[in-house]
Amino acid sequence: MTTSTFPAKDTSTDFFRKLWGWIRKVPPVYPIFLVIFLILGFLNPKGYQTMNGIMTYFRPASPLAVLAIGEMVVLALGGFDLSVGALVTFVVLVSSKFLANDPANALPDILMLIGVGILVGMINGLVVSFLKVPSFITTLGMMMVVRGAALYYVGGAPQGYLTDNWRAFGRNYIQNVPFFTRIPYALIILIVLATIAFFIFHRTNYGRQILAVGDNTRASQLSGVRVKLIRVITFIFCSVFAVLGGIMIGGYGGVNVTIGEGMELQAIAACVIGGVLLGGGKGAVLNVVFGAFTLQAVVNLLNQLGLPKPYTDAVQGLIIIGVVAYSALSTMKKR
Amino acid sequence: MTTLPASESSFKRISRSLNIPPVFYFLIFVFLFSGILDHYFADGQMFSNPLIMLNIIVRSVALGIVAVGQTLVLIGASIDLSVAYTISITAVMSSYIMQGNTNNVPFAIAGVFVIGIAIGLTNGLIITKLHVNPFIATLGTSLLIKGIINATFSNYTGSVPQGFEYFGYGMIGPVPVSIIILFLVVIIGWYMLARTKFGAHLYGVGGNSEVARLSGVRTDRVLIGAHILCSVTAVLSGMFLVSLMRSGAPWVGPNGFYDLNSIAVAVIGGTALSGGKGGVWGTLAGVLIFGVLSTAFNQLGVNPYLKIVFQGVIIVLAVASYTIRSKKEAA
Repeated sequence: MTTSTFPAKDTSTDFFRKLWGWIRKVPPVYPIFLVIFLILGFLNPKGYQTMNGIMTYFRPASPLAVLAIGEMVVLALGGFDLSVGALVTFVVLVSSKFLANDPANALPDILMLIGVGILVGMINGLVVSFLKVPSFITTLGMMMVVRGAALYYVGGAPQGYLTDNWRAFGRNYIQNVPFFTRIPYALIILIVLATIAFFIFHRTNYGRQILAVGDNTRASQLSGVRVKLIRVITFIFCSVFAVLGGIMIGGYGGVNVTIGEGMELQAIAACVIGGVLLGGGKGAVLNVVFGAFTLQAVVNLLNQLGLPKPYTDAVQGLIIIGVVAYSALSTMKKR
Repeated sequence: MTTLPASESSFKRISRSLNIPPVFYFLIFVFLFSGILDHYFADGQMFSNPLIMLNIIVRSVALGIVAVGQTLVLIGASIDLSVAYTISITAVMSSYIMQGNTNNVPFAIAGVFVIGIAIGLTNGLIITKLHVNPFIATLGTSLLIKGIINATFSNYTGSVPQGFEYFGYGMIGPVPVSIIILFLVVIIGWYMLARTKFGAHLYGVGGNSEVARLSGVRTDRVLIGAHILCSVTAVLSGMFLVSLMRSGAPWVGPNGFYDLNSIAVAVIGGTALSGGKGGVWGTLAGVLIFGVLSTAFNQLGVNPYLKIVFQGVIIVLAVASYTIRSKKEAA
C-alpha cells in the first residue's frame, strides 16, 4: 500500500491525494464525454462552443437519453427490453393516422400512446414473471407484435403527417432565454423525467429493490422483496419512457416507417457506456444520461468529420467496443 | 435412472429413451393445427401435397444452418449478434469475386471462409481478452461490418455462375441438396456437442466458466472456437442465400432478421440464454416451427403485417410451453 509509505502530515498533499481519490472514482463516461465534446468544439467552434449550437445538439440527444433511462431500469433488474425501438415506430406510425391531421387530437393521441406503453410493459412483465420466459425472448416477441400491429393499423405506410403541436415536444425551442439563448423542449422534458427517475431509482425502496433483484434474485426474494411486482412495474416504467422518447423522436424526425429500428440497441449501448452491467445489479441515472449524450456526440463528431453514414456505423461500433473494453479492464484492475 | 416407476406409461418410457426435446411436440402441434386450419379455410395442400412438406424444410435451410452455430455460442453462455451482417458480407463478397465465372468459385469460397473465420476470431478475442460483454462486443462488430459493406456496396453486386446454383436449387434424387446440407450441419453440430471434448468443455464453460477454468479447461480457447464455428455457419448460410438469389445484396442478412431469429429458434429449441444447456436437435425443431408457420400463413393468405404479430406471439408461447413449469424466477 502506498498510503503507509507516505506519512502524510502535510495537509496540502493530503488534499491532493483526496482529490486524486475523488477523481479516480469518477465514472469513465464523464471524461470520455468531455474529450469528445472538446474535440467537437475544436473542429466546429460555432456549433459546439456557443450556447445556440450546444442547445441544437441536445435536441436529438435528449430523446435518446430518455430511452436509455427506461432501458437502464430493466437492465439493472437483470433483464433486457428489445421492444423499445418497436414502440418508437408504433408511436410515430400510429400517430400519423390517429391524429388525422387535426391538432385537437394531439392530447387524446398522447394519452392513448401512454396507455399502450403501460399495457405493453405490463404484458412484458407478466409474461416474464408468470410464464418464466426470459425477457430477451419476451421482448423480442413483443417487438414483433408491436411493430406488426403498427404496420397493420396504418396499412404499411404512414397515413398523413404529424401535427405541429404534437411535434413541438421534439422540435421546438423556448426562445429568448437569458444565457442559454434558447432551450429545446426535449431537454426540459429530459431534465424533468431524469429527475423523477433519479428519485425513484436512487431514493426509494423500490429503486434499491430493483438493484437487489438484479444482483441476486433468490436472496432478495427470500428477504421479502416482491420480485414479480417489482418486475412488472419496472417493465411498465421502461415502456412508458419508450413512448415518451418516441413522441420526442417523432417530433424531431417526422414520419418514417423505420424510425425506431435499432433504437433498442442504441439505448442499451448508451446504458453500457454509462456503466450499466448487462446481467443486473448496477446502474445510475445520471451516468446513463451522459452515456446517451456521449453516443450522440460520437455520431455528431463523425458527421463533423464528413464521414458518410456507413463509416459512421463502423466507427460507432469500434467506439462502443473500445469504451466498454476500457471500463471492463479498468474495473478488473481495481479488483 | 435405472428403474422406472411401474405406473409410468409405455409411451412415456419410449419417449424418454429417445430423448426427444419437448419442443418437437410443440412442432407437431403447430403442424397439425395449421394443417387443420389449412384444410378448412384454404385448399388443404399442407396435408395432401408432399412438395409443401419439402418446401417447409427448404424455407428453413438458411436460418437453420446459422441457428446451429448460434446454438453453440449460446451454450457457451455467449451470444452472436453479428451473424446477420456476416451473412450479408458473405453473399456480397462471394458473388463479387465470382462475377459469374466458374473458375473463380474456389477463390470466392476460400475468401468468404477467411472473412468468416476472421469475424469469429475477432468476436472471440474481444469477448475473452478484452472482457467485453458478448452482447455489446458482437453488436459492435456487427455495426463495423455493416459500415464496411454499406460503404463499399449499395446494390446487387456480381453474380454466381450456373454451377454454383446447385447449392440452392440442385436435387439428389427427390431430395434438394440444401436439405442434405442442413441435416449435415445439424449432425456435425450434434456430434461436436455430444461426442467430442470440445463439446463437453463448451457445456462446462457455459454452465460455470470459473469452475471449468479451475478444472483445467482453457475456457478462452473454447469460447473463441465456438465463435469461429458460429461465424462459419453464418458464411454457409450466406453462400446458400447467394446461390438462391444468384447475386449478392448487402441487405440479405438484416432483412431476414437472422441475428434475432437465430437466437429465438435456438431458445425455442430449449437452449438456455444463460448457457450450459441445450442442443442442436431442439434448434432444428425451432427452425421447422418457423418454416411451418410461414408456409401456413402463405396458405391461409394472412395479412403480411399480422403475420409478424402472430410470429411474435408464437415465439413467446413456444418458449413459455416449457419455462412455465420452472420454479426459478426468469430475468
